Amino acid sequence: MILTLLLTLPIAALAVQPDEVLDNPALETRARQLSQKLRCPVCQGENIDESNAAISRDLRLYVRERLVAGDSDDQVIDAVVDRFGEFVLFEPRARGGNLVLWLAGPFMALIALLVAWRFVRARAASTARVEDLSESERTRLQEIMRD
Amino acid sequence: MIAEFGHFALTLAFAVALYQMIVPMIGAAKGWQGWMDSARPAAMAQFLLTGLSFAALTVAFVTSDFSLKLVYENSHTAKPMIYKISGVWGNHEGSMLLWVLILSLFGAAAAAFGSNLPPSLRARVLGVQASIGAAFYAFILFTSNPFLRLANPPFDGRDLNPLLQDPGLAFHPPFLYLGYVGLSMAFSFAIAALIEGRVDAAWARWVRPWTLAAWMFLTVGIALGSWWAYYELGWGGFWFWDPVENASFMPWLLAAALLHSAIVVEKREALKSWTILLAIMAFGFSMIGTFIVRSGVITSVHSFASDPARGVFILAILAVFMGGGLTLYAARAGEMTAKGVFSPVSREGALILNNVLLAVSAFVVFIGTMWPLFAEMMWDRKLSVGAPFFNQAFTPFMIVLAIVLPLGAIMPWKRATLMRSAKPLRAALILSIAVMVLVWSVSTGRSAIAVIGAGLGAWLIAGAAAELIHRTGKSGLSRLVRLPRADWGKAVAHSGLGVTFIGVGLLTAWQTEDIRVAQIGEPFELSGYQITLTAVDEVQGPNYVSTMATMQVARDGRQVATMHPEKRVYPVQAMPTTEAAIDNGIFRDIYLVIGDAQADGGWAVRSYIKPFANWIWAGSILMALGGLISLSDRRYRVAAGARRAHANAVAAE
Repeated sequence: MILTLLLTLPIAALAVQPDEVLDNPALETRARQLSQKLRCPVCQGENIDESNAAISRDLRLYVRERLVAGDSDDQVIDAVVDRFGEFVLFEPRARGGNLVLWLAGPFMALIALLVAWRFVRARAASTARVEDLSESERTRLQEIMRD
Repeated sequence: MIAEFGHFALTLAFAVALYQMIVPMIGAAKGWQGWMDSARPAAMAQFLLTGLSFAALTVAFVTSDFSLKLVYENSHTAKPMIYKISGVWGNHEGSMLLWVLILSLFGAAAAAFGSNLPPSLRARVLGVQASIGAAFYAFILFTSNPFLRLANPPFDGRDLNPLLQDPGLAFHPPFLYLGYVGLSMAFSFAIAALIEGRVDAAWARWVRPWTLAAWMFLTVGIALGSWWAYYELGWGGFWFWDPVENASFMPWLLAAALLHSAIVVEKREALKSWTILLAIMAFGFSMIGTFIVRSGVITSVHSFASDPARGVFILAILAVFMGGGLTLYAARAGEMTAKGVFSPVSREGALILNNVLLAVSAFVVFIGTMWPLFAEMMWDRKLSVGAPFFNQAFTPFMIVLAIVLPLGAIMPWKRATLMRSAKPLRAALILSIAVMVLVWSVSTGRSAIAVIGAGLGAWLIAGAAAELIHRTGKSGLSRLVRLPRADWGKAVAHSGLGVTFIGVGLLTAWQTEDIRVAQIGEPFELSGYQITLTAVDEVQGPNYVSTMATMQVARDGRQVATMHPEKRVYPVQAMPTTEAAIDNGIFRDIYLVIGDAQADGGWAVRSYIKPFANWIWAGSILMALGGLISLSDRRYRVAAGARRAHANAVAAE
C-alpha cells in the first residue's frame, strides 16, 4: 500500500518545502506546531509536517493560508476537521467518549495507588504482630540464598 | 532441494514441540522421571531442527534462489551480501521463522543450563515453552510458509524494501525478537510455578536473569529502531508513538516492572502473585505486539503483512495463552503466600511504586494504541491517537518515576525513614538544581522541557553515583571496586536512564532548523554554523542511483565538516529514499538533507542542529550495559554457586 502510494508521488518531495515557509516567523512557528498535530489523511501514521504526500502539502499550505488570514489555532484545526473528519486529529479531543481515553491513565494510577497502599498497610500491620518471625525468616532466606 | 529440506526440518520441529509439550507435563504430574527428563533432549532437538530450517532459508537468500517465492519477493542479485542475509527476516514469513528459532534457542538454553532446577519445574517450564513453540510452528506451517516454490522461477528478484536496506534496521528485528521471546521464559516459569503451586526466592532467582536478558535485548532493539528512524527518515525524529513502536515499548515497560518486582520476590519473598501476573502480562504484551505488527490490524509503515487469516490465527494464539494463563492465575494465585513484611517507607514500598508507575504507563500506551480500533468498533468513528496525546498522557508518569527513583533505590529493605535516606542524596539534589538553573538561564523563553529533562537526568545520574558512594562507606576505593556487580549494574542502568532524559529534553527543546533553497556556493547561517552547498553530483551505487550533495560546514571561519547528504532511487522497487548526512558530536549533531532541484538552479535544503541527540541512544546503551553487568553478578552464574559450595566444603575439613 505504501509502495503504491510512493509510486504515484513525484519523487522525493521532502516534507515542508522552502516555498511554503511563511515570512512571519511567529506565524510559521504556529503553522509548524499545528502541522504536527494533523495527520496526513492518506499516509500511514505520519503527520502533515513530515509527510511527503501531495495532500499534506495542500494541507500545510491551507493551514498557513488560514493563519495569515488571522485565524486562531483552534479555528484552523476546526476548519481542517470539518473537511476531513476527526481522523486527521492526532490529539483526540477531550470530550464525549474520548474522555475515557484521556482519563484512563490518571484513573488507573489512582486505583493502582489505592490498591498498593492498602496492600502495603496490611503488610505493615502484620510487621507489628510478627516481628519475631522475621528473624527466623531472615535466616531461612539466607539459607535459600546460600544454595 | 535445500528448501524442501528446510521445510521438512521445520515440520519435524513442530512434531518435537508437540511431544515436548505433552510428555514432560504428564511425567511431572505423575512423577515419572524418564518422561520429565525427555524434555531436555527434545528442547535441544527442537532448536537444532529449527536452526537447520533457518539455515536452509538463509542459503536460499544468499544464493539468490528465485525459485523460492519469498526470495523472489524480497531479494535481488545486486543486493549487498549483508542485506541478502538480513532479508531472511526482513519479511513476514522469515521473521516468524526467526521468532521460533529464538523461542527454541531459549528453550534449549533452559534445558542446557537448568541442571540445578527441580526436575518437575524444569519439565513444566520446557513443556510450556514447547506449547508456545507448537502454536507458532503451526502458524508458520499453515499460514506463512517461507518455503513455497514458484513454478516458473523468474530471472531476478523484486529486491528488499530500500528502507530496510540499512545496518540499523538489519539488526533491529533480531534484538527485538530476542527481547519479545525472552519474555516467554518468564511466562513459562510463571505458568510452571502456578502448576507447581510454589514460588520462592530460588524461583525468582531463576526468572530474573531471563527477564533481565529479555529487557536488555528489547532496550537495544528499540534503541536501534529509534536510531534508524533518526537518520533514515530524513527529519531526525527519534520516536513517533507509532503503533508498532508502542508494541515494542509496552513489553519493555512491563519487563522493567517485572525485573524490579522479581527482586522483591528474590530478596524478601513478597509480591509473589503480582510478579507472576506481571510475567504473564509481559509476554502477553509481546504477543499483542506480534499481533499488531503481523495482522496489520492497526496500519503502520512497519506492517509488511496484511492478511486477515494470519491476524485471526495470532489472535487465537493470544487468546489461548493469555486466557489460559490468567485463568490458571485466578485459580492458583491465592496459594502464593507472601512472607516478607515491610513498612510503607522501605525499598519494597519504593519498588511497588516503581511497579505502579511502570504498569500504569504501559496501560496508557496500550489504551492510546488500541483506542482508534476500539472507537471504530464501538461507534464507527475513525479517529487517530498520536504523539501529542502520548506526550501529554505518558510523560507525567516518567517524571514522577525519575523524581522518586534515586530516593527509592537508596532505601534499605523492610523499613526506612525518608530523611535518613535522603541524606546521602543532598549533593545530588544540589547538583541537579544547579543544572536546572543553568539550563533555565541559557534557554530563556523556551519550553520547560529542557529544564525538566536535564534536571531530572542530572538527578538520576548524580543519585546513582551518590548511592555507589553511600554503599562504599568510608572504606574507599577497594570496597567500591568490590561492590556486587548487581549494584554496579543498577547504577549504570539508572544513570543510563538519566542520560536519555537529558538527551530527550534538550533535543526536543533546543533543536533549530532551516529550510531554504540553497544556491551553490552561497553560505547560510544556522545557530552559529555557516553552511555552504558546494556541489551536487549523480553517483551510481550497487543497486541504486544517488544524487549526492557536497556541503561544507564552518564555525567562526573554521572548517567543521564536509558532509554528503544523498537522495537515492532504487530502480528495482522504484522507491526514493533520503540519506541524511549527520556530523555526530557529543553536544550536537549537524543534520543535513538535500531535496529537489529548483527551477532557478538552487536546491531545496533542510539543515538542523540537534543538541544532545546522541545522548538518547548513549543512555539506552548504558541501560542495556547496566543489565549486562547485573547479569554477570555471581549469584546468577550457575557455576559460581557450585564452586563456592565446593570451596566451603574444603574449608570445613
